[in-house]
Amino acid sequence: MHGLEFDIAHLLAGSLVLVSFMMIYQDRIYALLNTFALQAVLLALAVAWQAWIQEAHHLYASAALALVFKGVIVPWALHRIVQRLGIHREVETVAGVVPTMLAGMGLVALSILLMLQLTAAAENPLAREDLAFALSVILLGMLMMVTRRNAVTQVVGFMSLENGLILAAAGAQGMPLVVEISVAFSVLIAMIVVGVFLFRIRERFDSVDLESLDEFRGERR
Amino acid sequence: MELTGNLVLQAIEMLVVLALAPGLTGLVRKVKARLTRRRGASVLQPYRDLLRLLRKEVVLAENASWLFRVSPYMIFAATWVAAALVPTFAIGLHFNWTADLIALVALLGSARFFLALAGMDVGTSFGGIGSSREMMIGALAEPAMLLMAFTVALVAGSTQLSNIVAFMASGEVGIRVSMGMALIALIIVAIAENARIPVDNPATHLELTMVHEAMVLEYSGRHLAMIEMAASLKLLLYMALIGCVFVPWGIAPADAGISGLALGAALFVIKLAVGGTMLAVFETSIAKMRVFRVPDFLGAALMLGLLGTLLLFVSRSL
Amino acid sequence: MIAAAAGIALCLLALSVAATAMRGLTAASAAVYAASAVFCLALALVGIWTLATQADASAMTVPVGLPWLGAHLRLDALSAVFLVILGTGGVSASVFAIGYGRHEHEPHRVLPFFPGFLAAMTLVLLADDAFTFLVSWEVMSLLSWALVLTHHRDEATRTAGYLYLVMAGFGTMVLLLAFGLMAGAEGGYDFAAIRAVTRSPGLAALVLALMMVGAGSKAGLMPLHVWLPVAHPAAPSHVSALMSGVMTKVALYGFVRVAFDLVGPVPWWMSVPMIVIGAVTAVMGILFANVDGDGKRVLAYSTIENIGVIFAAFGLSLAFRANGMGPLAALALTAGLVHAVNHMLFKSLLFMVAGAVLNATGRRDLDGLGGLIHRMPKTAFLALVGATAIAALPPLNGFVSEWLLFQAVLQSPQLPQPGLQFLVPAAGALLALAAALAAACFVRFYGVIFLGRPRSDVARNAADSDGWSLAAMGGLALLCVLAGIVPGFLIDLVAPAVELAVGARVPMQAGNSWFTVVPVAEVRSSYSGFLVMTFIAISGGASAWLVHRLASRRLRRAPAWDCGFPNADPVTQYGGGSFAQPIRRVMAPVLAARETVTIPPPGDMAAARHRARTEDLAWTRIYLPLVTAVGFVARRFNALQFLTIRRYLGLVFGSLILLLTGLTIWN
Repeated sequence: MHGLEFDIAHLLAGSLVLVSFMMIYQDRIYALLNTFALQAVLLALAVAWQAWIQEAHHLYASAALALVFKGVIVPWALHRIVQRLGIHREVETVAGVVPTMLAGMGLVALSILLMLQLTAAAENPLAREDLAFALSVILLGMLMMVTRRNAVTQVVGFMSLENGLILAAAGAQGMPLVVEISVAFSVLIAMIVVGVFLFRIRERFDSVDLESLDEFRGERR
Repeated sequence: MELTGNLVLQAIEMLVVLALAPGLTGLVRKVKARLTRRRGASVLQPYRDLLRLLRKEVVLAENASWLFRVSPYMIFAATWVAAALVPTFAIGLHFNWTADLIALVALLGSARFFLALAGMDVGTSFGGIGSSREMMIGALAEPAMLLMAFTVALVAGSTQLSNIVAFMASGEVGIRVSMGMALIALIIVAIAENARIPVDNPATHLELTMVHEAMVLEYSGRHLAMIEMAASLKLLLYMALIGCVFVPWGIAPADAGISGLALGAALFVIKLAVGGTMLAVFETSIAKMRVFRVPDFLGAALMLGLLGTLLLFVSRSL
Repeated sequence: MIAAAAGIALCLLALSVAATAMRGLTAASAAVYAASAVFCLALALVGIWTLATQADASAMTVPVGLPWLGAHLRLDALSAVFLVILGTGGVSASVFAIGYGRHEHEPHRVLPFFPGFLAAMTLVLLADDAFTFLVSWEVMSLLSWALVLTHHRDEATRTAGYLYLVMAGFGTMVLLLAFGLMAGAEGGYDFAAIRAVTRSPGLAALVLALMMVGAGSKAGLMPLHVWLPVAHPAAPSHVSALMSGVMTKVALYGFVRVAFDLVGPVPWWMSVPMIVIGAVTAVMGILFANVDGDGKRVLAYSTIENIGVIFAAFGLSLAFRANGMGPLAALALTAGLVHAVNHMLFKSLLFMVAGAVLNATGRRDLDGLGGLIHRMPKTAFLALVGATAIAALPPLNGFVSEWLLFQAVLQSPQLPQPGLQFLVPAAGALLALAAALAAACFVRFYGVIFLGRPRSDVARNAADSDGWSLAAMGGLALLCVLAGIVPGFLIDLVAPAVELAVGARVPMQAGNSWFTVVPVAEVRSSYSGFLVMTFIAISGGASAWLVHRLASRRLRRAPAWDCGFPNADPVTQYGGGSFAQPIRRVMAPVLAARETVTIPPPGDMAAARHRARTEDLAWTRIYLPLVTAVGFVARRFNALQFLTIRRYLGLVFGSLILLLTGLTIWN
């Protein structure tokens, strides 16, 4: 298992975490969407590599799904939404970039510590490592959803979280293709719902800042 | 006899570094000019500039103290010694074990310290603005650099550059995502430390956002020549550092003969040319950022360094 | 040797009494300080001799103090290292004071306490039973408190003194608890008896936590540091030098003595709070130093930073020791001890510089000074050495200890606990941040005070310091340089103490070629300050010579260029506040920094105002609520002072019944 195969899997999974951090760092929505597309492409590569070394051919389908849906369709759709709605093109954060990244660093440390301890008995080092990285990506996606104000960025956070899930599934000897497809569809549906949702918010409040929703419900101050 | 040979080699390396540095600056300027569809000055222009500055008289501000006159030589010497510690085309030089990567960072810190003091010396507002911002940038760049050094040292098992290069060139490392992160962190730090776009603009004057140029505003003649030389050396140093840690192939090993050394030197020049061109392309394709955006940029380098160290534990503990 | 050390302490005490008798004599000041200097020199020599000959520990019992216990005194390698710190710091402070003390308006407020303070610190280092230790500690606190109150007519000084007294009392109380716990039920207050007891890990950790609070409050660990930046600067400058350079080290000695010697094996997890608190203290201390506008307070905050660094090193050493990694524990402890020595050297030097500037101009606020390099060239040069050293820049001494510490940090992956593996590199990043911020801080300190143009008349007309002060500062500066280029001697000097504490040592450095530092084998790295210094000197000198010789040596003076808009008003220079602006903004959340700009409406000729404020969150979030709560409770209980006699009797009766009931229930 060691040697080049391991190194490349390690590289790809680690790059996913890195791209998650890049997404936290971005302060423009378009750049964020491009970074998200990059993450999807990397995910596709990572899954395809897993398919290659595990000789699990259905994983190729997963990789293709990830590439097509998340690498192309979703970013393209989000681009269009941003364009059509004329959404403010800067990402509005709750906390500063550096504190958020520091928090993210803590999350990565936590997930690595946790996963390495939980899976201490596991035989396959690759799966252990993939799980650790996947949990990091999931937590970072959640962090992004928590610390961003704009609805579009929250969608991106959610998608990136889902990327982490797929990475975990691919590492752990793959999951059935049916599940995979249904997940992909649910993501697409979520995407459509969010799109419609965005239009509605925008119609009503002239903004997609989620805090205007809170204001509407009388929750803010 | 071995000692003299070693000393000669060390001296040759230091002189080569010194001779190449302005050329690298000239190359970056030339490529940038061509990319913006200008003809640009010759690659040799920095050499001519330096010679011209050296021959000119120094116009010293009335209030300048001795520190202002000594600093250029201090800055130059510290940077030169730091540059001499980086294995450029050969490792195993006699004085390579004088200092390690951490000391190298700190030596550059010494140069910065004196540059910032010199900026404060004449008592102008521009000098102060430059010094205070330079120290802010340095305060964030230095930890990032050290974390990068941690990552590299954890992989290579030493902070001594010769050891690191020997380990990296041996091909035992494989592909590590941590090393990639360390590389990005190092590049960010190098851009910030060398006052390149997007952190600072090396080609500007009379702009409130300038940092490095604001500090050296009062310098002229031979003093300015020394400082310009030090700046060129620093750029070369970072290029050489990136080269020797991340693309160590071709560096002559400790027992190499003349041909090995010549090959190492030739490859070194090629590496510099490639690095300089890439820097120019990068600088042309990006806009300068606001000063208070720089901490985020450097913060990212810091995070990358830390992340690299963290991820390294994953692969180590498996 | 213990007899000699104890004798010197006695002499210093006698000198204290003699100083009281000599009040009114004109030569008293010089005589007392000269005698202190001699005694301190003797102390330093005793320490060095003990370390150099690796003499066995020598002990004695003096029949004073508790009748059945007496005062046990003992001198071993660990005490000797700190004795060297005390002696060197004492000599330089005394010599400095021979000149500096002339300017003191009320010398009788300093003279009797100064030798006594030195004697008390000596006794803390020599104490071999808890009673002697605590009594000496308290005497040290009280005498330094008296010294802080020298300029007691100043309102700020009185506040500082009050705060110091409260914190010192609190610290000693916690120490009392710690020693009480160590002595156990049998009450063996003798250190030998304490050492002999085996404790459960939980108890050892509790003792260590108490020591962190007790000794840490004296050394200036966050968040117990609040008194330090007000009390240290309030004292006369040579006393500030002693308090910052030496007394904080005595506090660290207390901690090291307990943690590495008395309490026995400590669980590894106890090193986690130490490393975290040390690293956070380092960063926060230097951040406050970066934004403060008072020269001496900047130095005091920087002391907090250095204490944090040393403490983190001790924590790391404990972590290695708990895992049985002797050589690495030795490396970390060596880094801590060497840094303690170094910090004494450069911090004393810088406090003396601040004192010399205060003497020459009467001001300590950065924004009232400037351009002193022209008026006080010698002081300015020595200050530059100190600033370079404290900024941890090669080839001076501050860098050596930082380098050793980073080498120790780099070995953290060898620790078996994953938590520590993650924590230590992060702490290393914080320490690197602190070191880089220290450089920024001392560019500001030096640049605003010594460089630029004078911002006030007093700064314009200042004169250089007297010969004694310059000699003291010069000596310290020389030691800074020496410790930087031949650090091997210092490492060898503290090696016996390290061996005593962790049972291992870093290899002998004396025989290395070119004075290279080669730490334990695991590190595989080396550093030679001597060669770096030589290289810089040769290349700098040669290039300067060549340029002057071959190119041009012409020079013309002209008005400053400043992009064509030179402004004659010195106020337009960058001052302390403006230099701090970038760091204040970047670190605004941790500094609680706020900036307010008031611009008068158009047509109004009033000046626009920009105010920048920072606050210490520890003070506003922890101490102020505490003070308010205490005040509230006190006001409530105040009512009890105005009762009738019958009610008082009722109160007494009521508490008696309560106690008896309690006793009944207990049984």
